[in-house]
Amino acid sequence: MALSEAQLDGAEPERPERSGVELSGAEIVIQALADEGVEFVFGYPGGAVLHIYDALFRQESVKHILVRHEQGASHAADGYARATGKCGVCLVTSGPGATNAVTGIATAYMDSIPMVILTGQVPTPVIGSDAFQEVDTVGITRPCVKHNFLVKDVRDLAVTIRKAFYIAMSGRPGPVVVDIPKDVTDPNIKIPYDYPRDVKMRSYNPVLKGHPGQIRKAVDLILQAKRPVFYTGGGVVLGEASAQLTDFVRMTGFPVTSTLMGLGAYPMTDPQFIGMLGMHGTYEANMAMHETDVLIAIGARFDDRVTGKIEHFCPHAKIIHVDVDPSSISKNVKVHVPIVGQVANVLSDMIKLYRELAPRPDEHPVADWWSKIAEWRAVDCMRYDRNSTAIKPQFAVETLYKVTGGDLYLTSDVGQHQMFAAQFYPFDKPRRWINSGGLGTMGFGLPAAMGVQLAFPDAQVACISGEASILMCIQELATCLQYGLPVKVILLNNGYMGMVRQWQEFFYESRYSNSYVDALPDFVKLAESFGHVGMRVDQPADLEAAMTEAFAMKNRLVFMDVIVDPTENVYPMIAAGKGHHEMHLAPSLSDRELA
Amino acid sequence: MRHIIAVLLENEAGALSRVAGLFSARGYNIESLTVAPTDDPTLSRMTLVTTGNDDVVEQIKKQLNKLIDTVKLLDLSEGPHIEREMMMIKVRAERHDREELKRLTEIFRAKIIDVTDTSYVIELTGASKKLDAFIDAVPEGLIVEVVRSGPTGISRGDKGLTI
Repeated sequence: MALSEAQLDGAEPERPERSGVELSGAEIVIQALADEGVEFVFGYPGGAVLHIYDALFRQESVKHILVRHEQGASHAADGYARATGKCGVCLVTSGPGATNAVTGIATAYMDSIPMVILTGQVPTPVIGSDAFQEVDTVGITRPCVKHNFLVKDVRDLAVTIRKAFYIAMSGRPGPVVVDIPKDVTDPNIKIPYDYPRDVKMRSYNPVLKGHPGQIRKAVDLILQAKRPVFYTGGGVVLGEASAQLTDFVRMTGFPVTSTLMGLGAYPMTDPQFIGMLGMHGTYEANMAMHETDVLIAIGARFDDRVTGKIEHFCPHAKIIHVDVDPSSISKNVKVHVPIVGQVANVLSDMIKLYRELAPRPDEHPVADWWSKIAEWRAVDCMRYDRNSTAIKPQFAVETLYKVTGGDLYLTSDVGQHQMFAAQFYPFDKPRRWINSGGLGTMGFGLPAAMGVQLAFPDAQVACISGEASILMCIQELATCLQYGLPVKVILLNNGYMGMVRQWQEFFYESRYSNSYVDALPDFVKLAESFGHVGMRVDQPADLEAAMTEAFAMKNRLVFMDVIVDPTENVYPMIAAGKGHHEMHLAPSLSDRELA
Repeated sequence: MRHIIAVLLENEAGALSRVAGLFSARGYNIESLTVAPTDDPTLSRMTLVTTGNDDVVEQIKKQLNKLIDTVKLLDLSEGPHIEREMMMIKVRAERHDREELKRLTEIFRAKIIDVTDTSYVIELTGASKKLDAFIDAVPEGLIVEVVRSGPTGISRGDKGLTI
């Protein structure tokens, strides 16, 4: 969340004033977006939003991006929000427009992404009559939004939109739906427009600063720690606390691990970073979690993919947990020092106190712990067969890193390719790794990449995907052509729903029930038919040159169909319901090497 | 353990369904739920009875607080409080049963609020257990219909749940 200092203090940014002008509801919607500083609205027109689309047509300040399916709109807005820290905005029609957007809304909700989704609704007099394209949008989206509104009076429109942006962006961010019946946007009813600068809600006051007493307790624990670990999550990225985290980690000399969502908040190429933790985390990260005596959890939510079996989670640790959302604290794992507050503020306060209290700040306080970690690291848990004649997916990701020089926005779909990317592409900056971690939405990657590329037209943007995921939102290739978005699609094509196949191999005696993707399209021709460049690579030796060629085409979308080893599995792996110390390593790594 | 939680909510359309939806989505128990506007028409007050261990109830309170419409919340069971529930019960009242039911009504300090040749409607207010006891005391086979409001509550002392 990109909050300025002024916003953190509760003040609102300067906004252009247009009070007194008479506008229709439709014009109010668009003017409110302009006043919010919205650059792009991702949407798809339909009956209930035609007045709004007409108002959109008659102005220049807000640019509309026409997607090819409303799911694409919500993922694109989401990708834009994740890459920029600004609020993503969608505009869809009633009924199927709204229901199609729901997957993207739920995706944003699970990963706490700020979005405002404007949905058309049938006119107020016919709400509840099963009118054409009517659904109860507020009812359907209620469990997967931070909040939602139904605006029944045009006089409430401006203030409701202001509230929606405020709620979406503040505290723990999240998507907010504003459902707008067609008659509320009637072009013939004009009212004076006055966009509110501040919004005060007596029922909603996110906590900003951490409690000083709790921070003191946490720092005391940190100073006594023998085997400490920082465990950081998406909250560090969302809370713009990357700099504070990096400072604090370096100051303490402690190891740091990250969840899938937090990758890049601390530079992954730094020696103090011990890899991702959890189900497909590194051996050293998970073993460190198992042995740690002081766990410092920051902006992480103890997801089941991270903790494994709760009974085995960090059995020796005192746990400090910093989070902006009180309901995240002690939800899954009971913690000893809870601190509610914006992670950036809390980390700054911790750093200040640590500086005052640290007895010998220059001495390496946890050298023994690092030598233990070095032993675990020596296992080299992500080793794979580099001499394979087939392209290994790990090799493909490493090549992508090499070719892009680490300077890339990488969106992902869901499955094996997502895990390989998280494991083998070391991100050194936040907001570079963009994936659906919480909901695990296949089809997220391509539309999300559109949002990222629009935000950063000159940046290298790639979408890593699988041949199953990519087909779930393949229609957005047309959007990419229309707006000239030169996304690079890196398709790791193994002919299977790889992660499903892997679980079936491990847990269902290799009965590959419906995980084989038969009758695949020719992806090269498919890309070409959408007006893009298609490439196919099936030899490891050709990959680097092909990727270099693809990224050299600065103005073209290049779709790389990379034929990879069909049976490669993601290791290490902790089976669902197991502890961090019960990892499976790749079969080539002898179990005897492990403690 | 049983908890009685009082919540001040914005009196907005959909506020009640947010609470009800929260309980079903997260699999929390909900024994009863009553809600009505307060002296301030922009606020509703809800009384919610739930059961669960301390961790679960702690989560329930956090999740309720997280709802944007929630203004304030108090777990009444954490301190001295008064609980009241209202019941209307329709009973078959013929011949000698009429006298027996009248006696019961007096003993429980209830009121008969509707009378026909063959029936009474009795109104009774009190702690939920008192209402249970009344139902048990009515001779078998006479109850036609029972309607209960679910408990509402207020804390003892001079402090109030206000904004």
